[in-house]
Amino acid sequence: MSGIAVSTTINGDDVEFLCQAEETLLEVLRDRLGLTGAKEGCGTGDCGACSVLVDDRLVCSCLVLGAEAEGRNIETIEGMADGDKLHPLQRKFIEHAALQCGICTPGFLIAAKDLLAKNADPTEEEVRFGLAGNLCRCTGYDKIVRAVLDAASEMRGA
Amino acid sequence: MDFDPSYTAQQFKSVGTRPLRPDGVDKVTGRARYGADFNMPGQLVGRVLRSPHAHAIIRKIDTSKAEALKGVKAVVTAADLPDLTDGDADLYAILSNCMARDKAFYDGHAVAAVAAIDARTARRALKLIEIDYEVLPHVTDVDEAMKDSAPLLHESVFTDGVDPAPAKPSNVARRSQYGHGDVDAGFADADMVVERTYRTEQTHQGYIEPHACVASVNNDGTGELWVCTQGHFVYRQWCADLLGMDVSKLRVTSSEIGGGFGGKTHVWAEPVALALSRKAGRPVKLVMSRDEVFRASGPTSATSIDVKIGAKKDGTITAASATLRYTCGPWVGMWAELGAMTAFAPYDLKNVRTVGYEVLVNRPKVSAYRAPSAPMAAFAVESAVDELARKIGMDPVDFRIANVAKEGTRASYGPVYGPIGIGPTLEAVKEHPHMKAPLGKNQGRGMACGFWFNFGGQTCTDLNIGADGTVTIAVGTVDVGGSRASLSMVAAEELGIPYEQVKAIVADTSSLGYNDMTDGSRGTFSSSMATISAARNAIRIMRARAAQMWGIPVEDVVWEEGHAKAAGAKHGNLPPLSVREIAAAAGNTGGPIAGHSELVADGAGVSFATHICDIEVDPETGQTRVLRYTVVQDAGKAVHPTYVEGQYQGGAAQGIGWALNEEYIYGKDGRLQNPGFLDYRIPVCSDLPMIDTQILEIPNPNHPYGIRGVGETSIVPPLAAIANAVSNAVGVRMTHIPMSPPRILAALEAE
Amino acid sequence: MEYVLPASLNDAIGLLAGAKGNAFVLAGGSDLLVRMKGDFIEPDLIVDIKGIGELAQIVQTADGFTVGSAVPCAVMGENTALRKAWPGVVEAANLIGSKQVQGRCTIAGNLCNASPAADSVPALVAAGARAVIAGPSGKRTIAVEDVPTGPGKTSLAKGEIVEAIVLDKRPSNSGDAYLRFIPRTEMDIAVVSAGVNLTLGADGAVASARVALGAVAATVLLVSEAADAIVGTRLDDTAMEKLAQACSAAASPIDDKRGTVHFRKKVAGVLATRAARIAYERAGGK
Repeated sequence: MSGIAVSTTINGDDVEFLCQAEETLLEVLRDRLGLTGAKEGCGTGDCGACSVLVDDRLVCSCLVLGAEAEGRNIETIEGMADGDKLHPLQRKFIEHAALQCGICTPGFLIAAKDLLAKNADPTEEEVRFGLAGNLCRCTGYDKIVRAVLDAASEMRGA
Repeated sequence: MDFDPSYTAQQFKSVGTRPLRPDGVDKVTGRARYGADFNMPGQLVGRVLRSPHAHAIIRKIDTSKAEALKGVKAVVTAADLPDLTDGDADLYAILSNCMARDKAFYDGHAVAAVAAIDARTARRALKLIEIDYEVLPHVTDVDEAMKDSAPLLHESVFTDGVDPAPAKPSNVARRSQYGHGDVDAGFADADMVVERTYRTEQTHQGYIEPHACVASVNNDGTGELWVCTQGHFVYRQWCADLLGMDVSKLRVTSSEIGGGFGGKTHVWAEPVALALSRKAGRPVKLVMSRDEVFRASGPTSATSIDVKIGAKKDGTITAASATLRYTCGPWVGMWAELGAMTAFAPYDLKNVRTVGYEVLVNRPKVSAYRAPSAPMAAFAVESAVDELARKIGMDPVDFRIANVAKEGTRASYGPVYGPIGIGPTLEAVKEHPHMKAPLGKNQGRGMACGFWFNFGGQTCTDLNIGADGTVTIAVGTVDVGGSRASLSMVAAEELGIPYEQVKAIVADTSSLGYNDMTDGSRGTFSSSMATISAARNAIRIMRARAAQMWGIPVEDVVWEEGHAKAAGAKHGNLPPLSVREIAAAAGNTGGPIAGHSELVADGAGVSFATHICDIEVDPETGQTRVLRYTVVQDAGKAVHPTYVEGQYQGGAAQGIGWALNEEYIYGKDGRLQNPGFLDYRIPVCSDLPMIDTQILEIPNPNHPYGIRGVGETSIVPPLAAIANAVSNAVGVRMTHIPMSPPRILAALEAE
Repeated sequence: MEYVLPASLNDAIGLLAGAKGNAFVLAGGSDLLVRMKGDFIEPDLIVDIKGIGELAQIVQTADGFTVGSAVPCAVMGENTALRKAWPGVVEAANLIGSKQVQGRCTIAGNLCNASPAADSVPALVAAGARAVIAGPSGKRTIAVEDVPTGPGKTSLAKGEIVEAIVLDKRPSNSGDAYLRFIPRTEMDIAVVSAGVNLTLGADGAVASARVALGAVAATVLLVSEAADAIVGTRLDDTAMEKLAQACSAAASPIDDKRGTVHFRKKVAGVLATRAARIAYERAGGK
C-alpha cells in the first residue's frame, strides 16, 4: 500500500485516514470520510465552494493535500452547527433566502464565519471584498450580503 | 379533466407570504445531496477523453492498452453507443454530441471514456487510449462560418427554410422569418433611421456544480441513474432511447441541483455513464471537471445582429427589421429563431420583419441559457431604440412608452397579446427614484426592456393526505429556485391549511407520471396549476368522506378554511371536520386520501421587465463599475416574493457578467483559451451593488392565481441597459458584448 | 508520487538534489496543485517545506525583514510592522487570488512560479527585495528579479530552494505602492501591473525611485527610464506624463485572453502614475 497514514482532527473529532500522495484534502473529505458538505466547483481555487478552516486559517480544500492534514485542526460545514442549534449565520442564510441552489452555501458560510471572526462589525464593502473568493451564480449576492450583515449584528448583540 | 385554469381574483392567505424554505437546513448544514454527493456500493470512477482538436476525422481509436491496465473495468467509444435513433435527427445530434462518431466537431468533444477502480487509474487509462486524428480546417466565428469559403462541418446540411432549396451544402442550417406589414414602406415613412450591426460573444451558464451522475445498469435491462438535472423525465427518455432500454426500466432520480439555468436540460455524460456501467457490470460515477464543463457543456450562441429602426419625429416607430445570425455549435438548433421571435416583442409595430440564421461552427453544441437567445436580440434592439430616441430628441422611456405593446397588440412573432406588463414596467421605471438620482463624472444611466415567452407543458403532481392530516406533494419539476416552498404554499392555500403542514418532494421517474423539464420558467407556473388541480381533487374526496361520516349528501358539504362544513340550516348542529379528523377516519371511510393531477399547462403568460442601471467608466483604463441596479418585472402573482426577488437579482447579475466580462475566447487553433473560473469571469461579490427589485402583478388570465413564470426574463434587459449606460457615460456607442475594458478603451480612443 | 515533509532545510535540499524524476517544492501549493489538477505536471516527489521552522517565520532585524518562504501571504498582512514598512509589498501579496488562496500562497512561491503576471513580484522588484537561496553548494543571495528567467522558468539549480525574501529597512520619507489592472474587482490575474518605490529628499522631491511593471514582458520589468522621469520632481504633471510614456514605451506585451498589446501598453503608464502618487503620499510627499 502506497498510502500515507494521516492523523488529524476534524470538527473536534480525532480522525485517521489513508490517502494517496496526490489526493487533495477535498477528495479525502468527500470520498474517504463521507464529508460531502465541501463541494468541488472548480478544483483550482477559483470558486471557494470547498472552503474549510485549517488551524483557523480559511483555505480552499482543493488546494491542500490530504497528507498536509497531519496534526492539523480542520473545520468543515458539518461542524458549524452546535448539535441541533444552527450557527447564527446558518439561520440568517435561511431567513434571508441567501441561497437558491445552495451549492455555494457551505463555502460561503465557512468564509463568512472566518470573516466575522476577524471583523465583527464589517461594512457592506468589507463583506463584499471578504467574500469575493466565493462564487454564487444564483443570487446576485444581494441576499447573501444582507444575511452576513444581519448575522454580524446579531452576533455582536449576543 | 374538469379542471378550470382561469384566473379568479381572491384574497390569499398563504400565497404572497414569505415562509422559510423547506430545503434550507439541509443546504446550510452540508447535508443536501447534489449530483456528486451520492455513491453506490461497488461504484467505479468514470472519466471521459476529449478531442483536443476543433475539427478532425477520427480515423482509428485503439483502446487495447487502456483496457489492459489493471483496475480498468470498461472502455467505451461510439461503437458502444450504436445508432438506435432511427432517422431522428435531433436524437442523432444528441448521440453524436455525447460521443463523437466519425468526426470530432469541437475542442472538448468526447471521443472515449473509461471506468476504473479509482480516479488515478482512470486518469492513467485515458492517456493510454490512442486516437488517430486527421485534423481538418475549422471555423468558430459566426460570420466566417456563413461564407462560401468556410470549412464545412457537414456535407449533408443544406440551408432549410429558403426557396428554392440550395444545391450546395452550407454551415447555415436554417433560415426563419417573422413579422408583418411592409417594412420598406415603413422605412420610407420614417424621419429618422438608426441602423447598426452588433456582436455578442459566447457565454456559459456558469452553474457552480459541474455535471455529475451515478449510473447503474443491470444485465436484466434495468437501470438507475442519479443525476443533477433540470428534467429527469426527459433525461430518462433520451438515455433509454440512446441505450435501447425500456423507459419504465430506467429509474432516474434528480439530485439537488447546484444551478442549471438551462444548461442542465441536455444530456452529455449520462448516456456515457450508463454505457460504461452496462459494459463493466458495476455502477459508475461520472463527474465533469470545471474544464470539461466549459469545453463541452453549456454555452449560449455567439451572435452577429443587424438592426434597423425608423421613426417619425413625433416618436412613432414606422418600421423595424433585424437579421440575426446565431452560432449553434455543430448541430442545428432554433437559437436564431428564438432571437428573431423575441427581438421586437415589447413593441407595437405596424411594420416589422426579423430573419434568423442558424449557423454551424466548431464550438460546443449550444444549449439553453435563461431566456435563451433573447438577451442578445434585446441588446441589439434596445441599443438601437435608445439611439433613435436620442436622435429624435425624446426621453428613452417616453419613446418606448409611445410605442409599447399592450393587450390586443399583434406581437412581432405572431400572436395577439392578452393582458401584459411591459407598459406598467415602463411607467414604474419612469416614476422610480432611481431615474431621478443625480449622476457624477464619468457616470451614465441606461435602461432597457426585455421579454420572454414562458413555457407551460406536461405536468403531473400527486398530493397525499397523511394519517395526521399533514400533506405531502410529489412533483416532477425539479426545484431549481425554491419551488418546493412555492408549491407547498399553493397546496396550503388551496386546502386551507398552514404552510408548515405541507411537505413537497421531487419524485423520481418511477413514482410519478411524466413531466417536462423545469425550463422556460415553467416550474412554479405549471406545477402550481397541477398542485391546485390535485388539491381540488383531494378536497372532493374529503368532502365525500365527511359526507359519509355525517351521513348526509355530498352536495351538502362545502370546503372552507381547511374544513369540511355541512351547508344549510338543516345540518346546523354539525361541527366542521378538519383535514386531520377526516384523515384519521380514512381507514373506515374508504382508505387513503390523495389527489392526483395530470395536465398540459397551457397559457403561460408572457413576461416583461424593464431594468435601470448606473455605470461608472474609468476613461483611462476602460474599467467599469456598476453603481446601482434596479429591476422592475411583472410576476403575474408572486407566490413567494422573496424568491421572486431572488430570481430577478440572479438574472440581473448573470446579465451584468455577460455584458461586461464573460466570454469564450478561442485561439487560432480553435481551442478554448479560458475554460475555468479564473479567466471566464463571472461577477464576484465585490463587483456588484445591491440589486433593487420591484415586483408588479398583472394577473395571468390562464392560471387560477394569475401566476406567470418569473425565472428567465431578468437576464434579458441587462446587456442593453448596461450598454446604454456606458454609452451615456462616455458618449460612445458600444456594439460589442462583452464590453470588456480593452473594448471600451479602444472605442474611446477610436472616437 | 511521493510526499515528504522534511524537518530541516538540509533534508529538503538533500531530497530535491537527490530526486529522480520531477521534484517540486510545496509551500502554499496554490500554483502547484492547480498545475497537477490540470495535468500540466506529474510530480514524482513533492517536498513540503512547511515543516521547516525557520521558513515559516517573518523576522524583523536591524536591517529590515526576512520573510520565510513558507509564510502565507495572509500572515504577511497580519504583521503590523511589515505592513507599515512595506505597504505596497504587503498589498501586492494580499491581492493574490482570494482570501482562501492568501491563506496558503507565499511570495517566494509567487516568485518561483515565474508568471510574468505574478502580483507580488513587481512590488518586490520595486522594493529592491532579495531572495536568499539555499542549495547543495551553500547559500547565495540575489535580487528577486534575477530569479524568474522567463514564463515558468527560474535561475534556481537542481536542489535549490528559496529560503527567504529579504526586504531592507526603510529610509525615512519613503513609500511604496502596487496597483494592478483586472477586469473584475477581485479574483483575476493582473492584465498589467505596476509597483513603485520611492524615497524623498530633504527638499520633498523624489530622491530615488524604482518602478517595476508586470504582465508586459516575459518577466517583470524594472524600468529605469520611468524612475528617472520622477527623480528630482514632486510628481508634477510633466513628470507624470514622462513616467507614463516611459512605462508604455518599455512595455512589450502580447495579445492574449487577458488583454491586448495596445491596452497593456497604455494602462501600464496609467497604473504607474497612479501607484507613484500613492507611494509619494506614503512617503510624506505633498
